[in-house]
Amino acid sequence: MVLGIISYGVYIPRYRIRVGEIARVWGDGDDISENLNVFEKSVPDLDEDAITIAVEAARNALARADVDPARIGAIYAGSESHPYAVKPTGTIVGQAIGSSTSFTAADFEFACKAGTAAIQACLGLVGSHLIDIGLAIGSDVSQGAPGDMLEYTAAAGGAAYLIGSDNLAAEIESFYSFTTDTPDFWRREGMPYPEHGGRFTGEPAYFKHVTSAARGLMERLGTKPEDYDYAVFHQPNGKFPIRVARKLGFTREQIAPGLVVPMIGNTYSGSCLIGLAATLDVARPGERIFVTSFGSGAGSDAFSIRVTDRIDDIRAGAPSVREYIKDAEYLDYAMYAKHKGKLRI
Amino acid sequence: MTTHAPRFWRSIPQRYNLKGTHCKRCDEYYFPPRNLCPNCRRGADLEEHTFKGTGTVITCTTIYSATEDFERMTPYHLAIIQLDEGPKVTGQIVSCPDGVKMGMRVRPVFRILGKEGERGIIYYGTKFAPMPKDEEKGPTKDSADCSGIL
Ligand SMILES: [Zn+2]
Repeated sequence: MVLGIISYGVYIPRYRIRVGEIARVWGDGDDISENLNVFEKSVPDLDEDAITIAVEAARNALARADVDPARIGAIYAGSESHPYAVKPTGTIVGQAIGSSTSFTAADFEFACKAGTAAIQACLGLVGSHLIDIGLAIGSDVSQGAPGDMLEYTAAAGGAAYLIGSDNLAAEIESFYSFTTDTPDFWRREGMPYPEHGGRFTGEPAYFKHVTSAARGLMERLGTKPEDYDYAVFHQPNGKFPIRVARKLGFTREQIAPGLVVPMIGNTYSGSCLIGLAATLDVARPGERIFVTSFGSGAGSDAFSIRVTDRIDDIRAGAPSVREYIKDAEYLDYAMYAKHKGKLRI
Repeated sequence: MTTHAPRFWRSIPQRYNLKGTHCKRCDEYYFPPRNLCPNCRRGADLEEHTFKGTGTVITCTTIYSATEDFERMTPYHLAIIQLDEGPKVTGQIVSCPDGVKMGMRVRPVFRILGKEGERGIIYYGTKFAPMPKDEEKGPTKDSADCSGIL
């Protein structure tokens, strides 16, 4: 039985702040944009959160392939900014997209990779014939403490994937996960902002997990980087995915279509899934995409994906990632602080 | 603490998905939903109808001072929108920094409508945003800036 992506949809809030504007307020140098390879980041409107973003992305996924929401048997919403500590995001999403009431739901958390974990859970249920279609979502409105390095990149956005076994726009050939207990980044219950291990977030966390999952999958499938037309890696900033691609033997050209972080920042649970969507926006039938997420704490999920003929039928059914990126409205730091409700220092 | 959660819960279908009613006999659409058709009375033939949510701004105003719960939102735009099926609804217009114009074409978006303070429930529902330029259809000429009217 072949499993994969029936449809996909994204949502990126239209407000942006330039990284240089944040640096100006905190007295950091002009070179911070270049150092991070992040120039702008998305900012949610005052009335947007991880749920409203999830709903918009899911509605786009349904509209793109004209899928009946009553076929959805599971909704798994991944985020590290679920608006409620207790009251599942998936329940609100289900009602808002007009699903039936006969679906299972749970909210997923795994830092930035909760969305890819949700895809894996849906693959399991569809593959064992327990449900018809699963809806997997990654969405976040992430915050960095004012003045913290995270503030330069923490952004908002999300992506939704309809996982099934018929009418596939892309087949998921296999996945491989790599998970360890690594305290690189965390947020304790009740605390408004996350803490992180500074430089510790690089080598032992992001690079070790992404390369281990990626190599594990290629070994399992007997594939090499040259076998893929595109690659997408989690994008906490614009430097890490470029460096990890090089380390693994992927080229700049392979990652270019999916590298969205320089324009929208790190959308956390949305990051690698928006990158995949941007790649599906341009991929042609038969092409292969290699995807690896990363979530602090820490773990990576790697996927091997093959695009089908159906991609051309559904592509135009919902706004592309580039269309969302182009529709931008810029804020200064004062307006940005208001948008983020930044009152806690 | 008092909560409006039960009252809100009952209105979720209309707030999230603009569910109203349609009388098949006289072809009139109703939002919010109605149990009887004033045109046809006993002869009415009502069915549930989910509105597309696309419509045209017929009048609008900008709110500069609001109650505590909405203070952070100001200034914001409120409008009466005529849905394409006919009924008029009052809704907030978002993503519209250049101001709302009469005749402007709008589409539905899913947003936070309000929160019961820091601890209470969060109300979600439908607001409206300007239609992307290439999808604009409808009576957009003769539009006048209407901030301050109403
Ligand atoms: Zn009637």
